[in-house]
Amino acid sequence: MWLNLLSSNTQWVLLSTMVLGIAAGTMGCLVYWKRQNLMSDALSHASLPGVVIAFLLIGEKNLFYLIIGAAISALIGAYLIQWITTSSRISEDTAMGIVLAVFYGFGIMLLTVANRSVGGNQSGLDSFIYGQAAAMVKSDVITMVVLAILVILVVVVGFKEWKVYLFDQAFASGLGLSLKTMNILYTAIFVMTIVIGIQAVGVILMSAMLIIPAVSARYWTKSFKQMIFLSAIFGGMAGMVGTLISTIGNGLPTGSFIVIVAASFFIISLVMGKEKGLLIQYIQFKSQQKAYLASSISSEKEVQSK
Amino acid sequence: MTNSIIKVEGLAVAYQKNTVLSDVNFEVKPGSLTGIVGPNGAGKSTLIKTMLGLHPALSGSVYFFGSPLSKVKSRIGYVPQRGSVDWDFPTDALDIVTMGLYGQIGWLKRPTRLHKEQAFNALKKMGMEDYAHKQISQLSGGQQQRVFLARALVQDADLYFMDEPLAGVDAATERAIMAILKELIADGKTVMVVHHDLQTVANYFDHVLLLNHTVIKHGETSKVFTKENIVQTYGGNMRWMGDE
Repeated sequence: MWLNLLSSNTQWVLLSTMVLGIAAGTMGCLVYWKRQNLMSDALSHASLPGVVIAFLLIGEKNLFYLIIGAAISALIGAYLIQWITTSSRISEDTAMGIVLAVFYGFGIMLLTVANRSVGGNQSGLDSFIYGQAAAMVKSDVITMVVLAILVILVVVVGFKEWKVYLFDQAFASGLGLSLKTMNILYTAIFVMTIVIGIQAVGVILMSAMLIIPAVSARYWTKSFKQMIFLSAIFGGMAGMVGTLISTIGNGLPTGSFIVIVAASFFIISLVMGKEKGLLIQYIQFKSQQKAYLASSISSEKEVQSK
Repeated sequence: MTNSIIKVEGLAVAYQKNTVLSDVNFEVKPGSLTGIVGPNGAGKSTLIKTMLGLHPALSGSVYFFGSPLSKVKSRIGYVPQRGSVDWDFPTDALDIVTMGLYGQIGWLKRPTRLHKEQAFNALKKMGMEDYAHKQISQLSGGQQQRVFLARALVQDADLYFMDEPLAGVDAATERAIMAILKELIADGKTVMVVHHDLQTVANYFDHVLLLNHTVIKHGETSKVFTKENIVQTYGGNMRWMGDE
């Protein structure tokens, strides 16, 4: 196998971005039907200050602690978005825009400070902006894979509950499902998916891992279960192939290649997809048109022959 | 009235700055079919949602079967407004009806073939068996409403709340839904329906609750649903059906 040619560290990294892609593809379907695609962008940007603060506090680049920092920072961002939306006249998308820009700007400022301090540019924190999977070591990989599997399990085990929660919250509540618990769980796995991906994919592009596989899967199926399954496959493949290209290219930013691979799946789905793909819609339209014209011509002939 | 199935006392509700409902008091008899009637913005949907804990109350209390909501949730069925959900969601009619059984199936457990059969029978009851495996996005408004009704039926609740089930549906669906409501009442269930069509109130409901930010009148339709009370509910310049 040609995979054997790659170093064992690369194999680990490939495994981790694949599992990350599966988790993000799975979670992305929940986010898609909660209509919160933009939220994933806001939260991933909002996680940056937490990464840098965690680094400044512990003084080393240990992914586990940086993830905790990122999660706290993203949760504060999520809370702020909710608070701004409910307590002022500002709409949610505006609140997300504010939080995204302010947190990201603050994060970049802190990053400059961190880069000038002890450890300097060697910190490797820059990789959190565009993503650098090759910079990951085995302990990082283990942290990421364990948390990603946790996300997948939460979605799979509660599949029926997520479905009714996403389709009809009022009815779900009437059935006795606690919306409060579901909301907390949703935010928890949402933030977890984002923060485990920021080292490999970067805060700028992480949202694409949630959005693109889910929307691509939508073009192939009529069932929510299949949508999640396909989205997970698209996400996993994008993660793996993107990392592979980035590794072969010797340290090219991983995030951008993962996104490009995911985007190519999307374009194929948009054109070829069997549910409302552009091509199938065109073919259906043409065949309908042909049938209609044929029938109207034959009925005209009937009229004439009479 | 000691044998009331619903008891609402001093209920008040606000949306941001506006008080939508205040000093709402009423009791509902078991086995009754009540229409909640009032002008747009009178707080009809809000009343139901607040009673079911979907919207916080400023004050007041609501009892079902003599208990607070949390203890009797499984005995209450709710049919939300059709427009409150996203019908683009990728699933079929049978799957939506099966949701009504989730409480019985138990959390984190999967529905069995038996549950699917139960759901199918409910669809059949609503004349929707041919659409069981149809995408919900491809159903007409009336068909979607029937799916919602079927989902409520499988819950096998004792008390049902329905928010405008007859809004924007075709005549056949309206007849089908009314037949089911009468059947539910015949089975000893109690139903409260938010309704907008004054013309049909007298035919459809044995009780009526006239609402405009508070209860204007409540009681048997034959006694309460009078021109005088309706004018009081809708305001003076409302054209009564007979005047048109």
